[in-house]
Amino acid sequence: MSTQASHAGQTPLVELQDIHIAFGGVKAVDGVDVDLYPGEVVGLLGHNGAGKSTLIKTLSGAYRRDSGSIRINGQEVTIENPRDARHHNIETIYQTLALADNLDAASNIFLGRELVSGSGFLDDDRMEAETRKIMGRLNPNFQKFSAPVKALSGGQRQSVAIARAIYFDARVLIMDEPTAALGPQETAQVGELIKQLKSEGIGIFLISHDIHDVFDLADRVSVMKNGQLVGSARTEDVTKDEVLGMIILGKCPPGATPGPGALDGDAS
Amino acid sequence: MRDALSRAVRTLQIDTRLLGMIAALVIVWIVFDLLTEGRFLTPRNLFNLSVQTASVAVMATGMVFIIVTRHIDLSVGALLGFIGMTIGWLQAQVLPDLLGIGHPAIWVITIFCGALMGAAIGAAQGYVVGYLAVPAFIVTLGGLLVWRGAAWWVTGGQTVAPLDSTFNLLGGGAEGTLGATWSWLLAAVTSLAAVGLLFLSRKRKSDHGFAVKPFGADIALAGIFVAVIFGFTSVMNAYAIPARAAARMFAARGETMPEGLVLSHGIAIPVVIVLIVATVMTVVARRTRFGRYIFATGGNPDAAELAGVDTKLLTVKVFALMGFLTAIAAVIASARLRSAANDLGTLDELRVIAAAVIGGTALSGGIGTIYGAILGAVVMQSLQSGMAMVGVDAPLQSIVVGLVLVLAVLADIIYRRKTGD
Repeated sequence: MSTQASHAGQTPLVELQDIHIAFGGVKAVDGVDVDLYPGEVVGLLGHNGAGKSTLIKTLSGAYRRDSGSIRINGQEVTIENPRDARHHNIETIYQTLALADNLDAASNIFLGRELVSGSGFLDDDRMEAETRKIMGRLNPNFQKFSAPVKALSGGQRQSVAIARAIYFDARVLIMDEPTAALGPQETAQVGELIKQLKSEGIGIFLISHDIHDVFDLADRVSVMKNGQLVGSARTEDVTKDEVLGMIILGKCPPGATPGPGALDGDAS
Repeated sequence: MRDALSRAVRTLQIDTRLLGMIAALVIVWIVFDLLTEGRFLTPRNLFNLSVQTASVAVMATGMVFIIVTRHIDLSVGALLGFIGMTIGWLQAQVLPDLLGIGHPAIWVITIFCGALMGAAIGAAQGYVVGYLAVPAFIVTLGGLLVWRGAAWWVTGGQTVAPLDSTFNLLGGGAEGTLGATWSWLLAAVTSLAAVGLLFLSRKRKSDHGFAVKPFGADIALAGIFVAVIFGFTSVMNAYAIPARAAARMFAARGETMPEGLVLSHGIAIPVVIVLIVATVMTVVARRTRFGRYIFATGGNPDAAELAGVDTKLLTVKVFALMGFLTAIAAVIASARLRSAANDLGTLDELRVIAAAVIGGTALSGGIGTIYGAILGAVVMQSLQSGMAMVGVDAPLQSIVVGLVLVLAVLADIIYRRKTGD
């Protein structure tokens, strides 16, 4: 339904179809469809509690969906835990960063995918060498390779989490509130990085409650409210104010494709 | 002076917390040596201290993993009693009937069964903690009562003795030692391995182009390793076996002891076991995925889970390992006493937890070292046998040990706050 002219004939990288998740009696996600094409940035917007993080966690494997299907390159896949998601090259940068504070940068980047030597023991020196390489690209000022990540600044911790997500040939990158804890300069750096990854053909979901973080970077936005999709739109077809109206009121503007969560009067 | 010292420590890149612990141990030793007019720091007492520490030290290495993953195991003392009684009964009353008294395989079968039993019971407790989500405190508190009761049931409360004579060597009596020659050999091999690993790691780091310590610093560190290893060995070798016991050992082999020969104890076999356990556990902690996941889970369980770590299965494995090490400790403890009584290991859970915590393991999880736990066990045992030698009343002994435990943790917390790590 949100297939765009520019993607005609192309298979979406990711399709989430009719996803339902309930916690107790609360429908956190109620029949949502979202898709993502290679080299595209899709902003997933909504208030806190709108269900956007919950929806995307079905893709990263942190939650299991009650019903609905996930397709990668047109193939239906089973994602029941984070290992499954990683297996499909879906990488996630969580809002909490999900770092083990007591371990150093290399141990965090390779956590769950450690490099081992021929005898099966951890090869910490090679992991540190690889970490030095990737951090040299992402954050050249980064020097504290043997300190626990607890000792790092917010921006440095963020770059460790990003390094972990992109080191392993991600095809789909999920960024949950990626700039929430960052200063303006670091936010700009993350923006540059997103453009670079996008040019490499990686599909990116940007999740945010703040439209200003997302609007300039995203090719499309999908807006959720109360667990339902208000609508999806190409950013060139709508204004920031119209998207704000979608987030706050659930009002779908003419330039957007309405979803089940759109206000009835505007859904025509 | 102070500046020079702190610069030296930084150059050598030694863990300052380790230095603090060693300093505390040295102070404890010197104070007791003064109070006992030189009877504390004798080869004989240090030998006994090393043997008495062994059982708790073995369990303390496992407790590090348990506490690092934010759990606790209160059942180890009772489990030690239950396994001790079972393996005592097995080697004294069951296997001799099947194989004949003194059969050479008895001690092997016994230890194998004990180890299996420890791992299985540990895994069962770990399953309840990991998969059924009952807090470890409750599961192992229940275990404490269950296994202590079970220990009584094995023989209806009767003490089992005598144990298999080969088995008894593992407890480190006059015969359960390496003797002088083998002790020197072990010291040489251990020194070579330690120095070899030190320079191998240095080479790997410089091959990757990382900054390494000045060459002199590594030389100094290697020198310290070798000095400690040979110092310990020479002290153990300085403790002679009493002439009459030595004569009995020769008589048992059908020989007569040459006139004027003095035999050394050397390093006790249980200390060798501790050395092996500590080495393996250190490798597991630092060089294996399993160890890395233990520390990651302790630091941030959610992050570990999101990175694909199966934290439930990990909990089962960590508790199974604790049970296995408890079985080894049960072998050492019962062999040392040459009997198995159903009060074996009473209050050991607290000694083991105290050793791990004094050794710098944080109850909040994610932080702890194997060598720290072993040093902690030595500190605990030094305090206890030192006070016994000085003649401190038993109630006052436990008051002192209790206060030291709290003060040690307080000192650690203040240290962490100051250094910010």
